[in-house]
Amino acid sequence: MYTEDELLPISALQHLAFCERQWALIHLEGVWEENRLTAEGRLLHDRSHEPETEVRGDLRIARGLRVRSLRLGLVGKADVVEFQRIPDAKEAIQLEGVPGLWKPLIVEYKRGHPKIGHEDEVQLCAQALCLEEMLGVSIPSGSFFYGEPRRRYEVLLDEALRGETERLTARLHQLNQAGETPPAQYTEKCRSCSLVDVCLPKAAGKRGGVRSYLAQAIARAEEETA
Amino acid sequence: MKHLLNTLYVMTQGAYLSREGETVLVKVDGETKLRVPVHTLGGIVCFGVASCSPPLMGLCAERNVAISFLSERGRFLARVEGPVSGNVLLRREQYRQADNKESAAELARVMVVVKVANCRTVLLRAARERPEQSEAKELLDTATHLAQLLQELADSQPIDSVRGREGDAARRYFSVFDHLITVQKEDFFFRERSRRPPLDNMNALLSFLYTLLVHDVRSALEGVGLDPAVGYLHADRPGRPGLALDIMEEFRPFLADRLVLSLVNRQQVKGKGFRKTETGAVTMDDETRKEVVVAYQKRKQEEIQHPFLGEKVAIGLLPHVQALLLARYLRGDLDGYPPFFWK
Repeated sequence: MYTEDELLPISALQHLAFCERQWALIHLEGVWEENRLTAEGRLLHDRSHEPETEVRGDLRIARGLRVRSLRLGLVGKADVVEFQRIPDAKEAIQLEGVPGLWKPLIVEYKRGHPKIGHEDEVQLCAQALCLEEMLGVSIPSGSFFYGEPRRRYEVLLDEALRGETERLTARLHQLNQAGETPPAQYTEKCRSCSLVDVCLPKAAGKRGGVRSYLAQAIARAEEETA
Repeated sequence: MKHLLNTLYVMTQGAYLSREGETVLVKVDGETKLRVPVHTLGGIVCFGVASCSPPLMGLCAERNVAISFLSERGRFLARVEGPVSGNVLLRREQYRQADNKESAAELARVMVVVKVANCRTVLLRAARERPEQSEAKELLDTATHLAQLLQELADSQPIDSVRGREGDAARRYFSVFDHLITVQKEDFFFRERSRRPPLDNMNALLSFLYTLLVHDVRSALEGVGLDPAVGYLHADRPGRPGLALDIMEEFRPFLADRLVLSLVNRQQVKGKGFRKTETGAVTMDDETRKEVVVAYQKRKQEEIQHPFLGEKVAIGLLPHVQALLLARYLRGDLDGYPPFFWK
């Protein structure tokens, strides 16, 4: 079990799944280059993060719910959790001060298209693991709402995804403890990364590059003089 | 690379800057003279009696827009800083290396190497532009001497010896600096460097440009999370931005010195724009200061190939790029600090 001081943000999992160095730049180095993509994402999120609950008959829509897991050492916010009133006690819980039994469904809002990688699903799964721990309920699936196309997708929170999420969480704590920024490696992904100008993957990948760069500059001066 | 943002230089006395939503409003005598969206700005520099409203300062702190207040003559007074930002791990590493004699001497050596190399480029360019001039040989001889100093700086050495060679190089460089002035010789000449206060027109120009430059370097260092006060070549002194002065060394020759020389040689500034006070200290009039600021702004827009990154970079972004490279070296990504060599 982790203490509250040791909790790390769920959003870090997504950065870590994309690139360990990107995670380190954001969470260890404290750099955050905002580009168009992240700015748009933030605007979309600002709306869904205003904490309030909307009631539509048998549906309660809670926004910006704060969640955490002491077992995994994670803390974060769920964009939207929908609580559906159901008659069955299985998969359902009681909500304080509200009559009836309710089944939670996490809906994560994303700008743009569904991603090819697992980053979003891991983040959704981590939120579900937190909610399961806090509410004492099992959450078999969750949903994404993507900006393009504007529709929902259901994601099954199966053993494979849960296992991946837990492994990544363990890695997150390990790297955070070490406090070191992993070396840069230039890959295809770098082109879509908002931190490429801070990371300098091409320059920082050149090991031994500065020593010869300096030596050359001095040698050049000598040649020109000779 | 990141975009080069504008710096707003406020030189009108009595100007008042305030916030209107996401816009910076400049008022003079209650009348709005200028509106600038904050996202287009990288910094604001106020000269003399120009002031800012607290909400504007808050907005700028939040958006990483550095605000500095300088005296009318360009002496640094204060700057506005938001919550401490950036990276504690990086700053600790910066301090550790400053406390470690060997790594501090190594960084100082690199900073002197690049300064000497870039001074040498200034001399060689001038000699190439006017080979027929009688002083050209003297410029070439000095360049040769600087090349010898570079050889002596090729290997690691104690910081005292690094600083000694820096002093030697600076003396040599400034001893021929007067040869680089080709017109208006009766108004613009260079005998020796004087700073507090500048005692002639050239020194007044140099000091003013160094002030503009140190503001930019300081903001760049803060922008990447480094502490501008803790340097390597420049020893700690309360109130002195040691690291900003360190990083500035590589830009002085090609950004400030060259700019001063071309302002004089192209007669963009004139002798009558300067005034000698009773103590011998020289000050510039408003018009001359404006001329210098505009020329500096223009120069910052020009692009140059960065010799280490191999990318085109706006000159105004060089302080940011170098601050970033230093941070990446301190965090262990690079095997040294790659300074900016001007070819």
